[in-house]
Amino acid sequence: MEVKEFIVQKVKECVGEANVEVTDAFGDLSITVKKEKLLELARFLKENNELEFVMCKDVTAVDWATRKKRFTTVYHIYSFKLNFTLRVKVNLDEEPYQVESVAPIWESANWYERETFDMYGIEFLNHPDLRRMYMPEGFQYYPLRKDFPVMGIPGSLPLPQKPE
Amino acid sequence: MEKVHNVYSDEKIYKKLLEDKNITVEDALENEMVINMGPQHPATHGVLRIVLRLDGETVVKAVPELGYLHRGYEKMAEDMSYIEFIPHTDRLDYTATLCNNVAYVLAVEKLAGIEAPKRAQWIRMIVAELARIAAHMIAIGTFAMDVGAVTMVMWTFRERERIQEIFDRFAGARFTTSYTRLGGVASDLDDVAIKMIRDFLNSFEPGLKDMDNLVLHNRIFIDRLEGVGVLSKEEAISFGLTGPNLRASGVEYDVRRAKPYLYYNEVDFKIPTYPEGDSLARYFLRGDEVRESVKILYQCLDKIPHGEIMANDPKRVLPRKTEIYSRMEELIHDFMIINYGINPPVGDSFFSAENPKGELGFYIVSNGEGHPWKMKIRSPSFCNLQVLSKLCEGAMISDVIAIIGSLDPVMGEADK
Repeated sequence: MEVKEFIVQKVKECVGEANVEVTDAFGDLSITVKKEKLLELARFLKENNELEFVMCKDVTAVDWATRKKRFTTVYHIYSFKLNFTLRVKVNLDEEPYQVESVAPIWESANWYERETFDMYGIEFLNHPDLRRMYMPEGFQYYPLRKDFPVMGIPGSLPLPQKPE
Repeated sequence: MEKVHNVYSDEKIYKKLLEDKNITVEDALENEMVINMGPQHPATHGVLRIVLRLDGETVVKAVPELGYLHRGYEKMAEDMSYIEFIPHTDRLDYTATLCNNVAYVLAVEKLAGIEAPKRAQWIRMIVAELARIAAHMIAIGTFAMDVGAVTMVMWTFRERERIQEIFDRFAGARFTTSYTRLGGVASDLDDVAIKMIRDFLNSFEPGLKDMDNLVLHNRIFIDRLEGVGVLSKEEAISFGLTGPNLRASGVEYDVRRAKPYLYYNEVDFKIPTYPEGDSLARYFLRGDEVRESVKILYQCLDKIPHGEIMANDPKRVLPRKTEIYSRMEELIHDFMIINYGINPPVGDSFFSAENPKGELGFYIVSNGEGHPWKMKIRSPSFCNLQVLSKLCEGAMISDVIAIIGSLDPVMGEADK
């Protein structure tokens, strides 16, 4: 428990107590931070020599469908020094859904953010190469959004012509 | 272009020449070529496509394109119950299906608060380590085959075949095992299966020595891989590599040691690392890991206790089939679990396990219903592939094959 308290204290010192919300469920520590403070916090978490969250394990998003703040981007970062996986969340409210990219800080976030953009249509600002990851270029929908049907949309993917 | 233009001074002829795709107008020696490798290419280990910009034989830039095996498992998971998704985890890393099964049920058990009985957990360890050996056998064999040592793949597949027979014995299937259940495993390891595992392990070590002899004194093989695709410690961490690829760059990180799950803290094993970070180190590291897995398996077989293989938790763990057919209570529970799911509490959890390719993680968001609200699969092959374009830059075109083989991606997992 000591590690968690230490991290929370450090995070609060960095961005101020008003900007963070801490939850601890299922043994995972999760920090929700205001959108504007994300880059500042990310840089601090990586570069502070008592924390050293040097590895970004995962970036994804959650579509809440009915909530006012529709999307939440979720980052899982790991510190070898503390042997700890921390979850950082950012709630996105207004359209267009945009958030600063963390790819300049953690290189591995590059593809994760591309994947998240592909699946949810969240735009990562200042991303070096924001293209679709899995779906073809020119695909108009975002498959993991809750309003996209599981069966897919007929005709949304152009199929090759049958040879005569 | 300017130079070329002078040669063909007539504007009309020059334009015509440009239109004809069969004639090269530019100077061939000062030309950069773009070639497309894959998705149908035997050395790309599945349907990986790489677009290469070449200067002669040197790669200037490499861009991997994914998505040719994208089946949308994350979307499908949102529409099915937690138990229904277990067979789909087989299709992630199809070389180590049991590792995926184990990782997935552990992730759901963490969220739902189910604890499997002791024997089930030891069985899970045994099957995961067997699957790790099988997966590394493929990795070693195909990697050696890619760079020209074709004998290796025959020998490794021979060993792997024997592991598949063990799978067949206890899970009833050779590849698509779907062996684990929430709260336990589907069937017990009987004495025959345990004897098969012991027999396999006893004859496996001489086989490993033979494989070593095949390549360790092979100048061609070593010269082909030494110093190819070198990745430093810092780069490996910043690119988010995990598993053998990270350890071959000298980082001693293994989820089994860092965050022990099952009973990995009760067995004794080493985490092999290599400081070099090149393709050869990644090759040797897999061999070392197989030896550690053999060590773990021997300890597991000695320590495995007797007892139940499914937890006694009627509201969330499926009852046995014989009881369903003979007792009312069990029938009702079976009906409820199958039709409405296990309803874990509201919240989100992240669990990761050490797979042969790296760290496989499941981030599950539950809203208290029978199916997950969101499930993200953090697949190791996906992030291991990310480093590919960096490793290929400046390498020869034939080294691209060696680098892909050394990273050992499985596209079923990278594309999800």
